[in-house]
Amino acid sequence: MSDFVFKPFDEMTPDDYAEIGFKSGLEIHQQLLTEKKLFCRCPAGKYHNDVYHAEILRHMRPTLSELGEYDGTALMEFKTKKDIIYRIHYDTVCTYEMDDTPPFEINEEALDIALEIGLLLNASLVDELHISRKQYLDGSIPTGFQRTAITSVGGFIPYKDRTIGIIQMSLEEDSCREVSDFGHTRIYLTDRLGMPLIETVTQPEMRTPQEVAEVNELLRRLVNSTGKVRNGIGAARQDVNVSVRGGTRVEIKGVPRIPMIPLLTYNEAMRQWNLLRLRDELNKRGINTDTFEARYFDVTKLLTKTRYTPIHNAIAEGKMVNCVVLRGWRGLLRWQTQTDTYFSKEISDRVRVIACLSVLPNIAHSDSRSETLSSHEWQKVRKFVSAGDEDTLVLVWGDARDADTGAKEIIIRAKEATIGVPSETRQALYDGTTGFERILPGPQRMYPDTDLPPKKITDERKLRIKQNLPKYFWERESWYKSIGVPADIIKDLSVSKYAKTFEILVEEMGISPVLAANALINFPKRLKKKGKDISFLNSNTFIQVFEFFKNKLICKDGIFYLLELIVSNNGIFEKEFIPQHCSQSELLYEIRQASKKVEKMKLYDEKNNITLTLSLVMKNLFGRIDGCIVAKEVINYFAKETENEQ
Amino acid sequence: MNNSEDYKGYRGRSLEVLQNFNAMVWSEVYLETTDGTFDGIILPRSETADDQHIVLKLPSGYNIGLRADKVQNIKILGRKIAQYKIPEKEFPFNPKLPKVKLFGTGGTIASRLDYRTGAVIPAFSPGELYGSVPELADYCNLETEKLYGVFSENMGPEQWIGTAKAIAREIEKGVHGIVIGHGTDTMHHTAAVLSFMIQNSPVPIVMVGSQRSSDRPSSDAALNLIHSVKTAAESDIAEVMVCMFGPTSDEYGLLHRGTRVRKMHSSYRSTFRTIGDIPIAMVNRQKITPLRNDYKRRRNDKKVDLFPYFDDRVAIVYYYPNMKPDIIDSLIDNGYRGIVIAGTGLGHVNKPLYPALKRAQDNNVAVYMTVQTLWGYVQMYVYDTGRDMMELGVVPTANMLPEVAYVKLGWALGQTDDLNEVRRIMLTPIAGEITEREPSNGYLIFQGGIPEVEEFISKVRK
Ligand SMILES: [Zn+2]
Repeated sequence: MSDFVFKPFDEMTPDDYAEIGFKSGLEIHQQLLTEKKLFCRCPAGKYHNDVYHAEILRHMRPTLSELGEYDGTALMEFKTKKDIIYRIHYDTVCTYEMDDTPPFEINEEALDIALEIGLLLNASLVDELHISRKQYLDGSIPTGFQRTAITSVGGFIPYKDRTIGIIQMSLEEDSCREVSDFGHTRIYLTDRLGMPLIETVTQPEMRTPQEVAEVNELLRRLVNSTGKVRNGIGAARQDVNVSVRGGTRVEIKGVPRIPMIPLLTYNEAMRQWNLLRLRDELNKRGINTDTFEARYFDVTKLLTKTRYTPIHNAIAEGKMVNCVVLRGWRGLLRWQTQTDTYFSKEISDRVRVIACLSVLPNIAHSDSRSETLSSHEWQKVRKFVSAGDEDTLVLVWGDARDADTGAKEIIIRAKEATIGVPSETRQALYDGTTGFERILPGPQRMYPDTDLPPKKITDERKLRIKQNLPKYFWERESWYKSIGVPADIIKDLSVSKYAKTFEILVEEMGISPVLAANALINFPKRLKKKGKDISFLNSNTFIQVFEFFKNKLICKDGIFYLLELIVSNNGIFEKEFIPQHCSQSELLYEIRQASKKVEKMKLYDEKNNITLTLSLVMKNLFGRIDGCIVAKEVINYFAKETENEQ
Repeated sequence: MNNSEDYKGYRGRSLEVLQNFNAMVWSEVYLETTDGTFDGIILPRSETADDQHIVLKLPSGYNIGLRADKVQNIKILGRKIAQYKIPEKEFPFNPKLPKVKLFGTGGTIASRLDYRTGAVIPAFSPGELYGSVPELADYCNLETEKLYGVFSENMGPEQWIGTAKAIAREIEKGVHGIVIGHGTDTMHHTAAVLSFMIQNSPVPIVMVGSQRSSDRPSSDAALNLIHSVKTAAESDIAEVMVCMFGPTSDEYGLLHRGTRVRKMHSSYRSTFRTIGDIPIAMVNRQKITPLRNDYKRRRNDKKVDLFPYFDDRVAIVYYYPNMKPDIIDSLIDNGYRGIVIAGTGLGHVNKPLYPALKRAQDNNVAVYMTVQTLWGYVQMYVYDTGRDMMELGVVPTANMLPEVAYVKLGWALGQTDDLNEVRRIMLTPIAGEITEREPSNGYLIFQGGIPEVEEFISKVRK
């Protein structure tokens, strides 16, 4: 192991990352845009944050692994002894999600989308879909497992001068949304549960934190370009796998935003690197897995008079205090792991998650420089537990059972430091560091789902999807450039759900690319700003409106006007929406009327009369005639007036 | 059809391809197809699946199916045959705890899935159960005996009699309580028939099962098992009971009287309900809370009355409008000796059936009337039609549930040919199958959507 020392985030270079053997891969979860959920017929994408009708309580129990052992994650969750409460809203959850009804057949629409994206990633589609159960004991899925199936294997995406390999893609059910997790109670909302999503797993081929974010963005834009995935908060979540040379694969779970990725991965790589250095330090002190020594004692009686508030209050509430002795560890709880974060945080996290001691601080230790026990009290404790100056003491307090679990967990985590980096899933914290979430589960958590038979995916189905594949967005972008689509629209249009509509408008209907691109990208935004429900807009609406435009039934300005009328009418077109085209004589009449009105006004600046007249005429004729024609006529009119006056 | 374990489940084209490359199940392979290459382990295939696909377990643990026709080459990297065994941990003996006997009939109250094949492997020995549900040792010293290995729907007279005899034998040996693991579909049939075959038991006899198999983390199996073992070991209720979830939440179990219980939902955890009455008690890990006081109490003796009889020439006829008399006729012609009708409303069938009922009477076939409404009593005096039917020998059975009347009639006919004696047995309540009165809270099916019901639901856990 090299003695490389981490630099601040901004100063790390690609060479530095190569030095530590940084490797990272992504698991991207993307919700699909379907009307219904994956294995039942509840609506997808309907959320109720605060309203719920009933609650259901469950406990998760670990099932035995193949070798008769409990899976590490399973055991951890069982230790926590959580009451898991599900809040249900009748409109979004049926008895299936609550595991009281077997699954219905898979949502074919979702399956088609997953296959389509698999093809876009150059992957091999499976011939037969096998639905599996992936165990989750945190309660985020009431069954205790997620139904999931591989839809394609392999594939790649071009990146820089190389490709990033795809390991596999699966189609699966989304989980519950967590409301709170405090003490022994965890509460979930169930509306999101069961919505279809795809999980795309890349090879660990990203070499710097910046590359991870870039590849993620690339994949995000690619799936978006199908127009068949959901957008918005929580619609895409990524897990980032990080490892350094000599370390272990650690998964940062549920990163909500791509821009957070570089700092998070940097901190996680630093943590792993520093944990490996900590292991070396322990070895230097003669502490390894075999010689590691730790014990714990009930020290409640010694601390009844302490002034350290957390322990004082705990004892007053009848709780107990355990003291763990880590033999030969002096100073190491202050070993830096991440930016402004130390090894004591690793221990505190475990105690919080596993012993459910959620009120912080939940530990105090003798390496700490902040005020905890008085030095006299530390001495008393040290003597009682027969610890020397070279040992570190860690205190943990709570109900008898929790304080016991806590002390045991402290020992487990400290002992893991002699090995290096524990396999964990970690949560993304707001300051860009990561915190312990759970032990990383192994492949043994997969079981075949006996409730549903394998499903054949026919060659006809694959062919149909292949024939309708969208163009790659990067191909679209170079085409847009060549036909003069404005630069500021290109990026949005290439992954827009209207990209295909654009092709039809331009290639089949001969609409000007600038006009079409502007309408497809900017008009929905303008309508939304005006408070219209743009879910009533779709590709057909645009095609229909442009059909009228092409046949000169409406003018250029009339496009937006007509779209607005249709959207306001819940997406339904009525014949009356088509405005009468304004004739030359009507236009002249309107100009005369308007200019008369303007004449009566007192204007600060006489020159404003043209603009004012123009706006009055446009107001009356909007959508029926193009603005530039009106402008030309108004200017003409005033020119003639002036002539007449002279 | 290929019976060899080497290519388990494969046939036709897929078998041909695997044999071609000598790729037996459990082989670790590198598989080349026209669609790309795959790493994985070849898994056995379900016998019911088609003959066109090969199942591969990927390194990630997922399974996929590949069309055999697309396979170009299979490189074999190794082979490791998986053999799954439930781990055993010795069930600890505690002299202070009562002895409970668990009989298995084939329901998978404790089991786990073999994750490679999808087969369910039942856990049953005390050691296996202790390995899966260690809490059981807090309540009792457990002994187990596997009586049968059949699905719930295959339980029949032979198994009922065998189970009853086994229970009596155990009671005479001095056990403190009996638990019977049973599939849930016909648990209420077995509970009812055992209520008649085993009378005056000195100890609790508790039937239990699971609605979600125990290989799932959210299974109700472990908790049901804990509740039933606690009941058998500690309760003073010496009756045949069904012990299953009260609500769908992991809150408490209900102890239902064996003759008044019925499975009421095809998949819910809280599927078992007491019909036309209230359950005997609630049970959780800590305590058993009686809801009534009229149950038979535990005794210290080892005496029990065993009546292991059954005549299976009995049928239930679920009446529907426009039923033709040939339904009844065919039962008579086929030598049936007893018919339980589940009639409409208070217990009715249409007039065209009368000649067939008359024929049944003439042929010494016992005909009993129950109600398909499940709740409520048969009342055949209210309308003339009811009186007409009684003239034809149809006997009303008060508020006996149709399935209960069915097993009781088979049990009665197993004891005597004398239809008067059968009638006496049928109408004499033995274990709560007929009650004198229906309390008002014996019929509570809350109607969802109604404000006061929703208010209630929002306050309790379902
Ligand atoms: Zn649903």
